Amino acid sequence: MSEATHIHPGSVGHEVAHDDHHHGHHEQSFITKYIFSQDHKTIGKQFLITGIIWAIVGGLFSVLFRLQLGFPGQSFPILETFFGHWAKGGTIQPEFYYALVTMHGTVLVFFVLTAGLSGTFANLLIPLQVGARDMASPFMNMLSYWFFFMASIVMISSLFIQTGPASGGWTVYPPLSALGQASDGSKLGMDLWIVAMALFVVSSLLGGLNYIATILNMRTKGMSMTRLPLTIWALFFTAVLGVLSFPVLLSGLILLLFDRNLGTSFYLSDIVVAGEVLPNEGGSAILFQHLFWFLGHPEVYIILLPAMGMVSEILSVNSRKPIFGYMAMLGSLFAIAILAFLVWAHHMFVTGLNPFLGSVFVLLTLLIAVPSAIKVFNWLTTLWRGNIRLFPSTLFAIGFVSLFISGGLTGIFLGNSTIDIHLHDTMFVVAHFHIVMGVASMFGMFAGVYHWFPKMFGRYLNATLGYVHFWVTMIGSYLIFWPMHYEGLAGMPRRYLDKSIWKSFNQFGDLDKMITVVSIIVFAVQLMFVFNFFYSIFKGRKVTSTNPWGANTLEWTTPINPGHGNWEGEIPEVHRWAYDYGKDGREFIPQTEPVGANESKH
Amino acid sequence: MQTLFIVAILALGFLITFQIAKASEYVAVLRGEERARKQSNKVNAFMLLAFLIIGLIGVYYCNEKLKGKILGDPASDHGVLIDRMLYITIIITFIVFVITQVGLFWFAYKYQHSEDRKAFYYPHNNKLELIWTVIPAITLTVLVGFGIFYWYKITGEAPKNAMQIEIVGSQFKWEFRYPGRDGIIGKKYYKNINGDNPLGQIWDDAANHDDIYVAGEPMHLVINKPVKLIIGAKDVIHDVGLPHFRMKMDAVPGTPTTMWFTPTKTTAQMKKETNNPDFVYEISCDQMCGKGHWSMRGEIVVETQEEFDAWMAQQKPKYYAVFPDKDPSKPKTDTAVKAAVAMAGAQ
Ligand code: HEM
Ligand SMILES: [Cu+2]
Ligand SMILES: [Cu+2]
Repeated sequence: MSEATHIHPGSVGHEVAHDDHHHGHHEQSFITKYIFSQDHKTIGKQFLITGIIWAIVGGLFSVLFRLQLGFPGQSFPILETFFGHWAKGGTIQPEFYYALVTMHGTVLVFFVLTAGLSGTFANLLIPLQVGARDMASPFMNMLSYWFFFMASIVMISSLFIQTGPASGGWTVYPPLSALGQASDGSKLGMDLWIVAMALFVVSSLLGGLNYIATILNMRTKGMSMTRLPLTIWALFFTAVLGVLSFPVLLSGLILLLFDRNLGTSFYLSDIVVAGEVLPNEGGSAILFQHLFWFLGHPEVYIILLPAMGMVSEILSVNSRKPIFGYMAMLGSLFAIAILAFLVWAHHMFVTGLNPFLGSVFVLLTLLIAVPSAIKVFNWLTTLWRGNIRLFPSTLFAIGFVSLFISGGLTGIFLGNSTIDIHLHDTMFVVAHFHIVMGVASMFGMFAGVYHWFPKMFGRYLNATLGYVHFWVTMIGSYLIFWPMHYEGLAGMPRRYLDKSIWKSFNQFGDLDKMITVVSIIVFAVQLMFVFNFFYSIFKGRKVTSTNPWGANTLEWTTPINPGHGNWEGEIPEVHRWAYDYGKDGREFIPQTEPVGANESKH
Repeated sequence: MQTLFIVAILALGFLITFQIAKASEYVAVLRGEERARKQSNKVNAFMLLAFLIIGLIGVYYCNEKLKGKILGDPASDHGVLIDRMLYITIIITFIVFVITQVGLFWFAYKYQHSEDRKAFYYPHNNKLELIWTVIPAITLTVLVGFGIFYWYKITGEAPKNAMQIEIVGSQFKWEFRYPGRDGIIGKKYYKNINGDNPLGQIWDDAANHDDIYVAGEPMHLVINKPVKLIIGAKDVIHDVGLPHFRMKMDAVPGTPTTMWFTPTKTTAQMKKETNNPDFVYEISCDQMCGKGHWSMRGEIVVETQEEFDAWMAQQKPKYYAVFPDKDPSKPKTDTAVKAAVAMAGAQ
């Protein structure tokens, strides 16, 4: 099985292994090669390209609602042309605004930064870096993509129905999300949202179980767990988090579906909505929040850990230096993964949570800052006395660390329940999580794309465009999100589309304008990246050596354009960890090189 | 037109960038990739350093520009604790912020690629790692210590003499109820809610007979007198956000919550202090509650006891509005009696 180089279409469940390893035989049809492909590399690309499309959609939504925030009430006739009654008179209507915000959050958190990020890099890197010909189950892997695809279709279809998509925020708290009378977005759009997310969970479980099985069982000879590159460890913990927490979300959503359609009262009690007295009694609206955040908090690490792993790898390769403190990096990943399950209620300090329980969650939450700090210091030490090549990938990795520091530190504000009383649900939270999760993980993803693009397509991305992309995005992200903290410190609530009726929050008009203008520029530059991406797939400079970055890991021992099965001959054997850079005067020593007799120990 | 113009400019900028980018790739191939790479390495290393310096100046500038716009001194006793905790945290995290960001960008600049340098093989150092595990741990313990101490003070039992007020949110307004002379807020049941009985008060409960219902005008509080808010919601989750008092609590249908604090500045005082004759304490809804969430606004007036008593004297219990014949200040009329009977029948 592990030697299967080509897997026949339709050979579900009993894949045929071939003993011959010649190139280019068995013509595969377009459909089996590019669409219903079971090759992990192709599936990775499918996730990436779908993720990119979603990112454009989600990003465009944010540009639209930023227009409203920067220029409240101003008319942009072009909006009415495109969106009709949603933008009557060229101004974004409140229902539309909230639909945009909700979809923006859902799309970016789940479809881009979960599926697009782990889906891409777990698929691409796990078999290549552990030394396997494919995933444990290529078929399940393919299903994982197609469930994601179906989830995408259902989610997109909700944008086109009469009452519009879900609009209660990406956290979809009931009763708002349970009662169609309370909001148009809680009508059919919400059912579609739930169905889409259910499909998404299935996709994520199929993928995650596969990643775990592959990492545990399919490592090549000599690849002990402690020789795995940190990318793989990060992807491993990501998959574990997903497998343990997504089902909880699913159960929460199913109860919500019942409340919506079958008259149950899991989350509903004592409600009079739009003049109608509802019969439901005895439910708890807060129960949903517990279920949601039991996934929701691990979810933020599901998004962040792959980025951390790739950044560790890229910083090490391009500093020409081993990652500092491999075991500590591993330990801190582990600690973060455990603690990620024990802090969910820090999103609920002001829901009426028992204060004693609240204080326990304060303690556990601030504990997470310790492994986070270890990681930051270790990254800094990795750079220290390196010989750093500043490729776009390196720059994005450095940018990631900078953003992770900035956003991690504001987490210490929010994790402290005393301060959170004031800051909860204000723009401060928005600034915090965009910096630490949104932008930082995007940076990790970009770093990964620039670094592994040669492996994916046998060509380079244009570096100059890469530098422009990095600098505009880096400067832009700080301009957008740094001053936003001040709005939150003033108590400005989240999801306020117009502050002009308020006396306490309307002093930031100029700031909001500036932020909107910068967001548009940053968005435009992301489009430039997308252009670079697709242009370079076909026209980019060709890669001429198998190991263009001089890296140690196994993916660079495969041919420039590896076929299904990855290695033409035997899978190489591994003799050392992945980080022997600059050892004994040698720039790098690939993992496949046996340890020499006189080699120094570390 | 404007939109078209912006799109055109962006497209043009993009075209130019792309041409330059492509040209530089060709030049790189011609002149030797190694040389081109070295040059861009230098440029980017310099940019990283410049970003650090300009960034830190930017942080300072941003603070100068915006610090005056965050709400000024807190107007409640709890607010003072919360602000103190906030400033302790700002100081500690800012120090860490500067050290780590400077380290990051400085190393990236200082150790940029050079032929003369060999990277230092330095895979680990247990002592160092222990140090930067223990120091954050201690710092965080201090923060947690302060935090939990203040947290218990703020969320602990309200003082006995606290005035109680009920506040109820619904799409997209706030309603208030005062306990009246008996100091007890009467029982309610949501199925009693109708046009005449907006909170669903149970009229059989005598405690309800003197309860004062207020809506469409500010909530009145007394300076230096603790107040305990009993918070509820009728339809979806809302949140009572009081930015000047630094307080906040969700309003959850079916699950009442509470929060207490002591206002320490009257509205009049705040007008003087902020040099703003239009100053008002605002109640913001901080939990997404539907399309009008952004406009769910309430007001609070903090005043002296005398002013409060004068205001309260003008208020009438809701009970009398529903059963006018029970109102001692009104002579009984036939129509009122009839109305009351009809009402009672409807109950
Ligand atoms: C030092 C570490 C961190 C701490 C102590 C921390 C703490 C918190 C707290 C307490 C909240 C809730 C704030 C509120 O709603 O009032 C929050 C929100 C959030 N955090 Fe963090 N955080 C940390 C790091 C992270 C990281 C690494 C990520 C993502 C990768 C992240 C993503 C988020 C998100 C997405 C939200 C907002 C969710 C929402 O309400 O929509 N945080 N954080
Ligand atoms: Cu969290
Ligand atoms: Cu609201």
